[in-house]
Amino acid sequence: MSTRRFFLGAAASLALLAGTVPAQAQIEIHWWHALTGANNDVVVKLSNDFNASQKEYKVVPSYKGSYPDTMNAGIAAFRAGQSPHILQVFEVGTATMMGAKGAIKPVFDVMKESGEKFDPSAYLPAVAGYYSTSKGEMLSMPFNSSTAIMWYNKDAFKKANLDPEKPPKTWPEVFDYAKKLKAAGYSTCGVSNAWGTWLLLEQFSAWHNLPIATKANGMDGFDTELRINSPTHVRLLTDLVALQKDKTYDYSGRTNNGEGRFTSGECPIFMTSSGFFGNVKANAKFDFGMSTLPYYPDVAGAPQNSIIGGASLWVMGGKKAEEYKGVAKFFTFLSDTDRQAWLHKESGYLPITKAAYEKVQAEGFYKANPGRDVPVIQMAGKPPTDNSRGLRLGSLVQIRDMWSEELEAAFAGTKSPKDALDAAVARGNAALRQFERTVTR
Amino acid sequence: MEKRAIYSHKLLPYLLLLPQMIVVIVFFYFPASQAVYQSFLLEDAFGLHSEFVWFENFQHVLSDPDYWLSFVVTAIFSVSVAGLSLSLALFFAVMADGQIRGANAYKTLMIWPYAVAPAVAGVLWLFMFQPSLGILAQIIRDRFGVDWNPLLNSTHAMLLVIMASTWKQISYNFLFFLAGLQSIPRSVIEAAAIDGASATRRFWTIIFPLLSPTAFFLLVVNVTYVFFDTFGIIDTMTGGGPSQATSTLVYKVYNDGRAGSNLGGSAAQSVILMIIVVGLTAIQFKYVERKVHY
Amino acid sequence: MVQGRSYSNLIAHIALWFGIGIVAFPVYLTLVASTHEASAIANGNMPLWFGDNFLINYYKTLFVGSSKSTRTLVSTMMLNSLVMALTIAIGKIAISIISAYAVVYFRFPFRMGFFWLIFVTLMLPVEVRIFPTYKIVADLGLLDSYAGLTIPLIASATATLLFRQFFLTIPDELVEASKIDGAGPLRFFWDTVVPLSRTNMAALFVILFIYGWNQYLWPLLITTSGDMQTIVIGIKKMITITDALTEWDVVMTTTMLAMIPPVAVVILMQHWFVKGLVDTEK
Repeated sequence: MSTRRFFLGAAASLALLAGTVPAQAQIEIHWWHALTGANNDVVVKLSNDFNASQKEYKVVPSYKGSYPDTMNAGIAAFRAGQSPHILQVFEVGTATMMGAKGAIKPVFDVMKESGEKFDPSAYLPAVAGYYSTSKGEMLSMPFNSSTAIMWYNKDAFKKANLDPEKPPKTWPEVFDYAKKLKAAGYSTCGVSNAWGTWLLLEQFSAWHNLPIATKANGMDGFDTELRINSPTHVRLLTDLVALQKDKTYDYSGRTNNGEGRFTSGECPIFMTSSGFFGNVKANAKFDFGMSTLPYYPDVAGAPQNSIIGGASLWVMGGKKAEEYKGVAKFFTFLSDTDRQAWLHKESGYLPITKAAYEKVQAEGFYKANPGRDVPVIQMAGKPPTDNSRGLRLGSLVQIRDMWSEELEAAFAGTKSPKDALDAAVARGNAALRQFERTVTR
Repeated sequence: MEKRAIYSHKLLPYLLLLPQMIVVIVFFYFPASQAVYQSFLLEDAFGLHSEFVWFENFQHVLSDPDYWLSFVVTAIFSVSVAGLSLSLALFFAVMADGQIRGANAYKTLMIWPYAVAPAVAGVLWLFMFQPSLGILAQIIRDRFGVDWNPLLNSTHAMLLVIMASTWKQISYNFLFFLAGLQSIPRSVIEAAAIDGASATRRFWTIIFPLLSPTAFFLLVVNVTYVFFDTFGIIDTMTGGGPSQATSTLVYKVYNDGRAGSNLGGSAAQSVILMIIVVGLTAIQFKYVERKVHY
Repeated sequence: MVQGRSYSNLIAHIALWFGIGIVAFPVYLTLVASTHEASAIANGNMPLWFGDNFLINYYKTLFVGSSKSTRTLVSTMMLNSLVMALTIAIGKIAISIISAYAVVYFRFPFRMGFFWLIFVTLMLPVEVRIFPTYKIVADLGLLDSYAGLTIPLIASATATLLFRQFFLTIPDELVEASKIDGAGPLRFFWDTVVPLSRTNMAALFVILFIYGWNQYLWPLLITTSGDMQTIVIGIKKMITITDALTEWDVVMTTTMLAMIPPVAVVILMQHWFVKGLVDTEK
């Protein structure tokens, strides 16, 4: 072989090699979540769109079960040194996540360290406030937020000679309507609700500007104590227990298994999450409406605003800086106005930025779909107070169970409403004190 | 219980036991000991801070009235479920063992419902019995006039959970009783029939004693099942409610430890539970096994 | 049983239909539900007889619906479930039968100690010791693998207990006869004990296969990659308790499809039962 050929050959091989050396390997961002069905589609679409928009990072979503299962998985993974980058945790788990200083990396830190532009004031205070410190530092990124509203059956109203365009606004009105509906044939249920404790204790308190617990419902400190046995709380429970006797009000359980009672037409007035929308649209064979939660008009400060439910995205600790960069970029991507607008219209979740809300409004979406703005107005109508920004209680999963048990005892008639709520406070406080011990070291 | 005929090899038994022992030690005893250790700690969900608190978790647990309530619940639950599912399964197995036409079809139909995943089964049962929407609930309300409401009525909730758990177990027990029945030599039964023994006598004096090893096995497994494997059903159907009426010991363990809320307390409860079940089984072995014929 | 009079046969038939009614009713409901549209099921108005949506629903599940919700093909998930169930069933039977044999037919120090050590594993289900077990599996590098899915679940003692019970009933004469023939323990094991254990192995195989097939919490924790999801996780993923809509029609059809392998196993094992009956004429 001649020398020239040799060098040509070598040069060609080198060129080939250089061409085949891969560009910098894509960094994978693992996202564990609890969303199913159509919401799962949303997660996948968001990930795919992000991955298509740039080459450096790849978001890989994985379904890990229900909210408690996903949180469990995240904790187990962390303990084994295998945590994902992003973990979706339901609002109930916020305190546990917050108290774990080494396990999570606050969102505002992630954004700052990665040099991503991040303006906390661009986010709706009612939404972002729940997941921020009292100084306004955002700890986790709100993702799927909903709030509690009142659903009602317009056809049923007509049947009972009630104006279908005039839903009841106050509790006395609701009781009155329920009685009339019951007389018109809805004998097993005049009014009901899902998520017993969320609606009757947590949302009720915020809506009436009453504290759920001291220290701004636990947002300002772990040494918080419960306040859900105030005279107004006892009043609501007493009223409901009295109506439970003849099923003008009928208890439907701790979670949302009872939502079918609305779509089947059994319960003409039903309070539950605004996210129920997709379900109702598909399954209800009657004309339905959405309205704000009822309140007692003689309570000063009512109606205030309702709290958000749903989940947020937490960033887990112990990862490398370049991986956090990818996470930050993804969060910027998620907060984009157009994207948020699409998400809100598509899924029924609330928009998290002011700009997105205004855009959807400007498009005339709410005019064309009356009732879809009820959750936003209910949540963002008034600036939140210490009592209505949200709540942050440790062991909230357990505490909610305790509260459910006490409510059930009251409804079954085995305890008076006052005793039930007092017990709920006592038991809850004990759990809070135990949680406090594990955190403040 | 001791066999007369045995082998005297020295190394072979250890080799035979080795695979199971390895798996058991690595994947059971090691994690279990960690769980036991956890019962002496007070820690946060992520294991970042832990405080060694000696027996405080145990004290806490044993002085909680809800814990004692779950003892009662568990006792009622286990006696009902074990008793019902064992007797029903035995009854059906005996019926299916015969030479009636279509015996094979019956056997298949009785066994394969066991194939339905508990997750789905729980949801189905809930569906059928949901106070207002469930098909069976509607029958109970309309035909029997009972205000069926497992959300608020503890007895109803208990019944619901007992029914679902028994249902699951019947197929399992049926399967083993059938296997046991079919391994009884035909000749023995025929000899008794020739001697003029009636079907009932044949059953109680010959078949049942020969079936007793299987029955003993099932008794142990059923008790363990009721104690440990029913929390999936309880979780799906009642969540331990209303007001703790269906919260068994193991359900409390699982629920308290969920999402890392009270790992120490949950671990303490597991330790107590283990001690109880080991004790129960030891008693079963000592007293009941005496009556078992080999 | 010996051929009885015809009325006792009638009783047997009636009793069995009653039994089947109790046991099979929920499954029947699933089948019926898989032929209706989702809203009929969700609203509690589902009739007790079959609906019209049979073809639509099954088509949707197999070719459209399930991959939309679960992101993994039904076939992949069934395969994962199959591998998991088979490995657990066979693995457990294999290690248990030899352990039980050792405990029953030999005398050695700590013999009963070993038995108790194995037996105690019945007492603490995986769900209660889940965090530490997960950590060990992670440390061994077995996450997202078939090994990690199956080996930890082989640990419990049900099969060992059953075999021990059964071995104790085997007449000693058989052992002695085999010894006279000059056979050692392994020969005896293969030639006599294993064939005798057929009905028990068949029963165990059914139970363990279904146990492996129906696992939910453990695979959920251990596997993250979409390729490793099992069919039960797929079904559970469709039954949502959060705000979104559950596609009940798809859930029910997938459940029915998911039952086919376990049912096939049961029917197959039936055959072995009968065979076992014929062979165990002692």
